[in-house]
Amino acid sequence: MSTATEHSTDAEHGSSHADEHHGASDKQYIVIALILAALTAIEVSTYYVDFGPLFMPTLFILMTVKFIVVVSYFMHLKFDNKLFSYLFYTGLILALAVYVGALSTFKFFLQKG
Amino acid sequence: MADSAIAHGHDAGHGAHVTSTGLSNNKMAMWMFLGSECLLFGGLISTYMLYKGRVNSGPQPDQIFDIPFTSVSSFVLLMSSLTMVLAVSAAQRKDDRNTNLWLTITALLGATFVGGQVYEFTAFYREGLGFTTSLFGSSFYTLTGFHGVHVTVGIIMLMALVGMISRDRIPGNKAETVELIGLYWHFVDIVWIVIFTLVYLIPT
Repeated sequence: MSTATEHSTDAEHGSSHADEHHGASDKQYIVIALILAALTAIEVSTYYVDFGPLFMPTLFILMTVKFIVVVSYFMHLKFDNKLFSYLFYTGLILALAVYVGALSTFKFFLQKG
Repeated sequence: MADSAIAHGHDAGHGAHVTSTGLSNNKMAMWMFLGSECLLFGGLISTYMLYKGRVNSGPQPDQIFDIPFTSVSSFVLLMSSLTMVLAVSAAQRKDDRNTNLWLTITALLGATFVGGQVYEFTAFYREGLGFTTSLFGSSFYTLTGFHGVHVTVGIIMLMALVGMISRDRIPGNKAETVELIGLYWHFVDIVWIVIFTLVYLIPT
């Protein structure tokens, strides 16, 4: 019964967002897109300008920020039920863990070889 | 209390389905699918990262990549995410005219991106990078080709959606259907955000 109550609370929370226009307003979406465009411009500038030791961190930070902004705002994960976030980020983290592990293994064998 | 849960579940699904979680099963399935797609693209990106330096014959990555051209393509795909979210927003307002307008613009931007990718592949092939030229070529074409196929499938879904909305052929919750296609489209965009940085901007 308590599960049903929790679910109904979730559903109530979810429906209040789903029934109305959930997420940001159209103007906010345009502002977010402009910010993403600016971040892309900074990324591209790394091709022309020497960032020195900051080159890789800058690219990785910009890539991560752009990824999170699109997922959170354009895909509405920030406003939607947390269960959707768990489903997506579980797949993402699993993929990262598996492939970072696999690449590290290859690196190890290449160094040994 | 159980009745209350069912009632709320009913609300959450806009009258389409009663679900035990109170959330739309379709939306949950889409998020699970996108989570599994992370593993697919993770594998392809990892393979590319492993093999991008393996060039026994043919051009090196930094010899053939046209960063200004790919930057414009990336910008086009990024802006298609904006038009897609505006389509979802219009669908939530039950504004079919603007929903179709933004969906069509999104499909056109997607087609521009795919056209750019076809041009890029053709240029690379002419410069001596075939699919079997080197491990770099194989992993590059497989990764970006898979992404291009995803964008193409997205364009087909968008155009089908425009046709179905025009004929009022969408059963159940129209806004949710647009949102589900939108989630797929945005996913294709975030995959490109990663590919653009790891494949194009980071040199060998």
